[in-house]
Amino acid sequence: MSTLTPAAARKSAPAAPKTPSAGSPRRGKSRMDPTRNSTAAGLAAWLLALLFAAPVLWMILTSFHSETDAATNPPSIAANLTLDAYREFFGETSGVSPWPPLINSATASILSTVLVLVLAIPAAYALSIRPVKKWTDVMFFFLSTKMMPVVAAILPLYLFARTVGALDNIWFLILMYTSMNLPIAVWMMRSFLAEVPEEMLEAAQIDGANLLLILRKIIAPVAMPGIAATALICFIFSWNELLLARVLTGVVAGTAPVFLTGFVSGQGLFLAKVCAAAVIISLPVLFAGFAAQDKLVQGLSLGAVK
Amino acid sequence: MTTATARVSRPGHHATKPSRDSRARERALAWARRAPLLPALVFLILVTQLPFVVTLIISFMNWNSLSPDKTGFAGLENYLTVLTDPDLRQAILTTILLTVSVVLASLLIGLGLALLLDKKFIGRGLARTLLIAPFLVVPVAAALIWKHALLNTTYGLLNGILTWIWSLFGSDTPPQPDFLSQAPLMAVIVSLVWQWTPFMMLILLAGLQSRPMDTVEAAQMDGATPWAVFRHLTLPHLRQYLELGGLLGAIYIVQNFDAVFTLTSGGLGTANLPYAIYQTFYFANEYGLASAAGVVVVIGTIIVATFALRTVFSLFKKEAAR
Repeated sequence: MSTLTPAAARKSAPAAPKTPSAGSPRRGKSRMDPTRNSTAAGLAAWLLALLFAAPVLWMILTSFHSETDAATNPPSIAANLTLDAYREFFGETSGVSPWPPLINSATASILSTVLVLVLAIPAAYALSIRPVKKWTDVMFFFLSTKMMPVVAAILPLYLFARTVGALDNIWFLILMYTSMNLPIAVWMMRSFLAEVPEEMLEAAQIDGANLLLILRKIIAPVAMPGIAATALICFIFSWNELLLARVLTGVVAGTAPVFLTGFVSGQGLFLAKVCAAAVIISLPVLFAGFAAQDKLVQGLSLGAVK
Repeated sequence: MTTATARVSRPGHHATKPSRDSRARERALAWARRAPLLPALVFLILVTQLPFVVTLIISFMNWNSLSPDKTGFAGLENYLTVLTDPDLRQAILTTILLTVSVVLASLLIGLGLALLLDKKFIGRGLARTLLIAPFLVVPVAAALIWKHALLNTTYGLLNGILTWIWSLFGSDTPPQPDFLSQAPLMAVIVSLVWQWTPFMMLILLAGLQSRPMDTVEAAQMDGATPWAVFRHLTLPHLRQYLELGGLLGAIYIVQNFDAVFTLTSGGLGTANLPYAIYQTFYFANEYGLASAAGVVVVIGTIIVATFALRTVFSLFKKEAAR
């Protein structure tokens, strides 16, 4: 690809600074030219992006088709758009309302996220700003609990819930989701709190600011975006969860994913309805995910990647 | 399972003369530091560690809730069953195959996508958003879409496209494969790769963008080929990000339940251990056996996790040492 020999490149290097336009005309054709590389890369990236997004786009399109248009082979892309599938999903003919499971999911996700924040923020404070001794050990203890698969603890939890009558109770599920997300939240939050500049904390202490003032004026402004991202990611994980909800809840406290698994009856045409259901149930996650996009990587990698 | 290294903690304690008074004050201070940590710690131990201890105990018991009179100590019997029962052995193999192939494939594709997205081009932000979308579909919903809207033999998009392409060439006998029954594990793998590639891409892209560009530019000045730059500069720098992505992905995919449950209901050799355990205790009521299988999963996870912790730790130490 390159027209430059190593010797020629080295010779021209001091004369030609980083801008590709400067220097000999030969440089313009070399790989240093950003526009040429980018067209091919951009085209490939766009093709792959469309390929990856195709199932999602297809899901959205099909949800606006009628059942007969959805079930054709080859697919009818240009079929008339309709809201029938959404009306069906909200129980127009079946009378089965999806609202109880949706509200259960919202309750479980929001309340468990609040609980996670209440527990994780002080813990992260004690692991970053005023760290306890051996705080790294504590961090790795938190992480190791996340590595234990849910299936390894689910039977005792199920037996416990059955014994104390907490089966099919949304509060028990909320506690489970809190424990599921707490280790991740502690790790994320610690990495966000560690970004608070130490000099500012020291300066505030010398000026005699009390803890509340330091929290409000120094820590909160730096950590707020991180706390928001943590909350959004915890919300997503709780909203998505299926196994615990499937085992621990039933008709009363069943969540949206559980509702969705029982949604396909296999009777008649249901493809558009399934797509509409998938769209509605994924909407909160899509919104939360795109809202947290800037901090998503840092969060998902437990703060290890900035 | 804790990796003990406490040397990196910030200097916070002022050494005072060891008089009894100051020692008491220091202890009070240490507890004041610990206090904010305790609620989270106690809660987590109660909800995750305690149940696992109970699982460990049940795993050595004969316990089927359908025949309660036979409940008693079983020794290693359940573990022998886990390792000899054809279904459970198949589940162990499926779990390994599923995890390894999904992690490797999504890492490779994610690396390719990250390298492309690292370049500047028109609409890069939108392309990135489109690529993240699969990760932001609820897993159960994603599995349902794959099962019904994409892979269904009669009206799925895949066979629909085949029909369309064949009709372009005037053929009305297009191939109409039924992936869900002909290659069910492959179907599960493909749908999971689709969902996890964006995750890998995001981590690797962050890695690429943290690359020190001056060395790359210097190498290019010296006439290094793009492949040499990739092989000797980019890849070594990305190594820890590849490890991190792979191991975090492995931890999540080992535990996968949603895709197996929804796409194939564990049929045709697709039941992984989480699904098999769910079946064993929820439907077969074999509590002892399910617990033993659960312990086996934990042992497997610990092996993976030891590596994972080491990787996370090496990144973490760098950051903590700031």
